[in-house]
Amino acid sequence: MDAIVAEELRKRYKGVQALDGVSFAVREGEVFGLLGPNGAGKSTTVRTLATLTQPDSGRALVAGEDVVRHPNRVRRSIGYVAQDSGVDWEATGRENLLLQGRIHGMAGAPLRARVDELLELVGLRDAADRVARGYSGGMKRRLDIAIGLVHRPKVLFLDEPTTGLDPEARAAMWVEVERLAAQESLTILLTTHYLEEADRLAERVAIVSRGKVVVEGTPAELKANLRGELVTVELGEVDGRIDTAAALVRSLDDASEVSVEGRHVRARVPNGAQAIPTILSALDGGGYAVASVTTARPSLDDVYLHYTGRDFATEDAGGN
Amino acid sequence: MQVWQLLRQTGWMIVRQLRNLMREPIWIALMIVQPLIWLLLYGQLFSRVGALRGGASTYIEFLAPGIVCMNAFFGGSWSGMAMIADLNRNVIDRFLAAPASRFAIVLSQVVRAGITAVIQALLLLLLGLALGVRVHGGVAGWFVVLAAAALLAMAFAGFSHGIALLVRKEASMIAAANFVGLPLMFISAILIPPRQMPNWIAQLSRFNPVNWGVHAARNAILVGGDWAASGMYLGLLVAATAVTSMFATWCFRSYQRSI
Repeated sequence: MDAIVAEELRKRYKGVQALDGVSFAVREGEVFGLLGPNGAGKSTTVRTLATLTQPDSGRALVAGEDVVRHPNRVRRSIGYVAQDSGVDWEATGRENLLLQGRIHGMAGAPLRARVDELLELVGLRDAADRVARGYSGGMKRRLDIAIGLVHRPKVLFLDEPTTGLDPEARAAMWVEVERLAAQESLTILLTTHYLEEADRLAERVAIVSRGKVVVEGTPAELKANLRGELVTVELGEVDGRIDTAAALVRSLDDASEVSVEGRHVRARVPNGAQAIPTILSALDGGGYAVASVTTARPSLDDVYLHYTGRDFATEDAGGN
Repeated sequence: MQVWQLLRQTGWMIVRQLRNLMREPIWIALMIVQPLIWLLLYGQLFSRVGALRGGASTYIEFLAPGIVCMNAFFGGSWSGMAMIADLNRNVIDRFLAAPASRFAIVLSQVVRAGITAVIQALLLLLLGLALGVRVHGGVAGWFVVLAAAALLAMAFAGFSHGIALLVRKEASMIAAANFVGLPLMFISAILIPPRQMPNWIAQLSRFNPVNWGVHAARNAILVGGDWAASGMYLGLLVAATAVTSMFATWCFRSYQRSI
């Protein structure tokens, strides 16, 4: 059964079409990544699924319940960790967790035991009775996740779980998410604008661009669809003859998507190891000196470029 | 949602707010000192104007219930700032994505404002006692004064939280509280009896909820107060509290449309 189903979700804010027909499905127990630049509609999608925002049209089921018709049933099954922390700064970590449990109808010894267990799980046991104002960014984030888990939800939403964290805290958060994912029953939907994060954490990703899902699949599938690897050849002296060099490469059977940048010629080939000797001998025949050759397997960056026709970094910077 | 769940959530949210406030020593100090300063300052300022006593033996006796009410309704009007802080920290979103009742969120803030006002009213009455103010209505009189303070704070807290959910910005909230608060204070019998007001202000003041609280409390303090009138005014304040709390709950829709 699918834990999350989104069908043609649309949402318009003053003059901005935030969601323009978002559709995807997340299987039970899976870690699913919504990947896209800032402003692509990821957070709006998550807010809609977490019953915070009502879509203008479309339908969404979370844990089998309709988010518009039965929001309270959905709320009992989900944990929602907002992009910006939802921690009450004036309360201690323990108080934050106890209150969230009580909102979910938990009480007494079982609640206290669950809170202890979570404080241990996210490594906040020693800080449990300190006011959260003094927590580091990483600690607040971990408390957020514990808050989202207190009632043992079936589906956990993590909206940009590592944005704003330093590299060390980010690495720790990745380990945390991987550990949660190991619990078979928990379905995790995470959004990120870090390609490497989606690549590492998500079993399947949907790439979101301008309010739409442009492609969905496992990171490996998406990269495999690009067929092949990217070869970059750096030439020595070119004397303005770089275009001729590109033409030489383009004439080869295996090379496609040939492009030029400075003294670099890039081409996509099915298999780098086989293609490099052919490319080098062609360039050698044309009288070019080669300074270096690199091959790279396609990244999600390339996937993004391929499916949207836009560069991820540029789009990301433009979204703010 | 079951009533039991609603009350339980409201109760725990009140605990949260009071506990957080107890961690703010400066807030506590100001909450205690400010109303006392008002009573002393205004009491001195107008003490020589005999016409202002409005049936009381001293001006301070006339003024004390007024300051209790002024303090309660100011406290209520500003209480929405707590909602804005919670909105900014995403605490509200966290509650809304959980099965928290919107009404419980509002009610907890409203009751918190009422509790604060009652504590301040008690302190004011005790200071008044030292300055010669007697609650001629006896024990029942004390309860009426405290009820007036609680209800005034709660009625305005509901309104304030509704505005907070609509504007969601501190600056707009401050402007709105001032825009409503100061005129209501001056179109009321807080500082002077209605008899000494220009007629049109006296007429207008009858529709001012602040005035309902002032009359209810003053009747309980002065000799020969009109209990029926106090009861009616408290009833009006209960109704006002219900209306503004529902208004604030309804304002969650506007907020959720905007996010």
